[in-house]
Formats: sequence, structure tokens, C-alpha cells
Amino acid sequence: MLYLSTISWLQEGPFALYRWNSLKEDLPLFFHAFLYTIGISLGALALAFVLGIFFGILSATKNKGAVFLSRIYVEFFQNTPLLIQIFFIYYGLPLINIVLPVYLIGILCVGIYHGAYIAEVVRSGIGSVPRGQSEAAASQGFSYWETMFYVVLPQAWRMMLPPLTNQLVNLIKNTSTIAIISGADIMFTANSWSSMNLNYVPAFAFAGILYFILCFPLAKWARHMEEKNKKAYSR
Amino acid sequence: MIQMEGVNKYFGDHHVLKNISLTIEEGEKVVIIGPSGSGKSTLIRCINGLETITDGLITIQDIDVTKKEAPIRNIREKVAMVFQNFNLYAHKTILENLTLAPIKVKGIKKAEAEKTGMEYLERVGLADKAAAYPAQLSGGQQQRVAIARALNMHPEVILFDEPTSALDPEMIQEVLDVMIDLSKINITMIVVTHEMGFARTVADKVIFMDDGAIVETGTPEHFFTSTENQRAKDFLSKIIHH
Repeated sequence: MLYLSTISWLQEGPFALYRWNSLKEDLPLFFHAFLYTIGISLGALALAFVLGIFFGILSATKNKGAVFLSRIYVEFFQNTPLLIQIFFIYYGLPLINIVLPVYLIGILCVGIYHGAYIAEVVRSGIGSVPRGQSEAAASQGFSYWETMFYVVLPQAWRMMLPPLTNQLVNLIKNTSTIAIISGADIMFTANSWSSMNLNYVPAFAFAGILYFILCFPLAKWARHMEEKNKKAYSR
Repeated sequence: MIQMEGVNKYFGDHHVLKNISLTIEEGEKVVIIGPSGSGKSTLIRCINGLETITDGLITIQDIDVTKKEAPIRNIREKVAMVFQNFNLYAHKTILENLTLAPIKVKGIKKAEAEKTGMEYLERVGLADKAAAYPAQLSGGQQQRVAIARALNMHPEVILFDEPTSALDPEMIQEVLDVMIDLSKINITMIVVTHEMGFARTVADKVIFMDDGAIVETGTPEHFFTSTENQRAKDFLSKIIHH
């Protein structure tokens, strides 16, 4: 009977309290992993934004070559698994004597992968701005890129914000794939720490919480901005 | 000042401009009229390079606009445009609409662009709307702002592409009044419009277009009272009865 009592359940088995205590002791390890994930995410985000805006604008031009180039980029990276791209770089590049640090591979692969999605968001955002806006800018002497940055993109931004935040949240979660090439991020730390002491439940529950802490405020903030933007241009 | 010689333009198989030749002098007020689809809007959109032409020559102050390496930015600094649908920058305030291009394209100091911007808003009677956004203004007000925006580039030419066609009837006059006021200064105006009263009052020259070609060019006096051209007569009789 004692077996089924609450006390024994807390004392032994996968949920046992001592496993959580051990997590508490090794908290600095997880804190370091948390910062590592934030670092990778920021790097990948910056790269994804640059690529996404660049290719998104390219695919909105009338130049057939530019559109074709950006289609290749978008379709290739959207339609192959991120994991394969990571393996390809991790195992492939050393064969031609290029050895990149793991964090850089993480930033490159996740950034390029999500850049493809952001390019699509940017393309449809640009498409949502009436043509008269860019015509007016052109008639005032703005170049194509100036028209984009001063007139079209600021207006497309409203349309782009909700899907962009989706991408950002997905990007943060997808940085966890670098655990598979020993990336020292939250996921890898949880996995390697718990494989030593079998504290799987606290490790992955806590890892989940850490990702949640990063992603939830972003999603919340985006919803707030979305509401605020509805009232924009009419102050 | 503006010269077109043998200009042809095709949209696919459709021959929209047929061998257009015309000369517009500095300060001249030219009104282009004609039925819908006759190529009037396309014609003026070619002047500032918003449309490319298939062949022919367009020069503004002896600069060839049609060449690939044409200084299109310089041309557009001199040739402003007012659109049928106003096309004010939706994310900018009224004053910012007036100052964006002068600051970014012409490199004018912000304070200076704002000062002249306010003067032009005053001129079109909308200085009190400087801090508003376009969506808060009526169509007529938006078009008056669009004219002020064009003026704040200090252009030598303003192209008007059916500036009152998208307006409710009661707002047409306020825009026409601004344009009539404008016609008193030494600026070249090329206006595509269906407002015959405006053409009569303001135009130095009326150009009648039909089916992509210039059918007749003359003074408003000649055009409205003694044209011999049958197509022009038909058009006028329809316009006046409606």
C-alpha cells in the first residue's frame, strides 16, 4: 500500500523530488545553455531577416532573373528538412577542409532556412501595398530600393508582423536541432545532462519551460502590436 | 520645353500611342481630352518615364527621357505628377507627405522642406491638417494635398492624370479651384481631364486624342466653338449633353 502513496511517488521514480533538486544544483549549466540558445537565435534571426528582406524584394520585382533566383532559394530551403541542411554542412564542409564552429553552423543553417520563409512573408506583404504607393514614390524620383524602404515596406510591415512573429517563434524552437551536432544549446544540455543521471523528466520539462519563456512573450507582444497597428495611420 | 516626336507605344499587340508628336512650351497650360481608352493617361505617364515607349523620342529641356541611361531621377525632380487616386503615402502625416521626397531625393534640409511645405498647404487651404493622416481626409482634401506635395518638389512641370475623376461631385470644384489658382504662376501644366469648363478657363492649348492618336490641337476657343473634326464634334456633343 505504501507503494501507491503520494510520498513514495515523490521519493522514487522519474518524478522524484531528488531529481528536481539535482536540477537546481546544476542550474548554472542550464543558464549557460539558455544564453547559448538566445545567442544562436539572435544571430540566425539577423541573417534570416537580411536574406528574407533581400529575396522577398527580389521576388517582388519585374526582373525575371531576380524572381527566378529568389524562387530557387525559397523552394530549395522550404522543401528540404532543416536537419539535412545541418548535417550536410556539418559533415560535408570538413571534406573540403572547411571546419566551422558549431554555433556558426547553427546560425547559418537556421538563418538561411528561416530566411526562405521570411522571404515569402515579405513578398506577400509587398503585394498587399497598393501599386499607387510605389508609383507615387517613383514619380517623385525615388529609386526602386528607396521606394521599398521609405514607402512600401513600412506599410507592408503591418501585414507582415503576425506571420513574422510566427517565424521568429519557430526559429527559436528550431535552433534546438543543433543539439544533434552537439551545439551546447538548451536541448543538447538537457539531453546530455539527463543521460548521465537519468533525470529525464526534470531536464526536458525545464528545457520546455526555457523555450516557453523565450517564445511566449514574443507571441504576446506581436498580438499587442497587431491590435495597435489596426488603429495606425489614423491618429 | 517638352518635345515628343513620332512616339509609338504598344501594350502587347495593342497600339496605344500612334505616332504622337507635340511640343509644349515653358509655362504653357495644356489640357488633353478625349474618350476613355484613347491613350491620354499613357501619354502623360510617358513624359516622366512611368511608362516606357516602343519607339520615338521624348525630350525635356533637350534631355532625352527615353534613353536607358537617362537621368530619370533629375527628370522626376522637375516633372511632378498628380494621380487620379491621389496616392498619398498612407503611413505618413500630411506634412510628411510633402517633405519626404524633397528631403530624401533632393537633399533639402528638413526645416526648409517643412517651411515651404506649410506654405503650400496654406495655399491649398489645408494647413490645419498638417498633422493628420491621409485616411482622415476627404477625397477632395487628399487631392489638394497631392497637389501641394507635387509643388513642394519645386517642379517645372506638373502632370495631372484625371485629377478629379475619382472624386464625389461636390468635391470636384475645390480641386479645380486649386488648379486654376496654380495656373496663374509660371509653371507648365499638362492636364488630362474631362472637365471642359476647366479646359476653357485655363488651357492655352487643347489636345484632342482618339484611339491613340492626336486628332486635333488648338486653342480652347477654336476647339470648343469651331472645330471641323467630326470625331471631336461627336465627343463634345456627348460630353455637353451629360
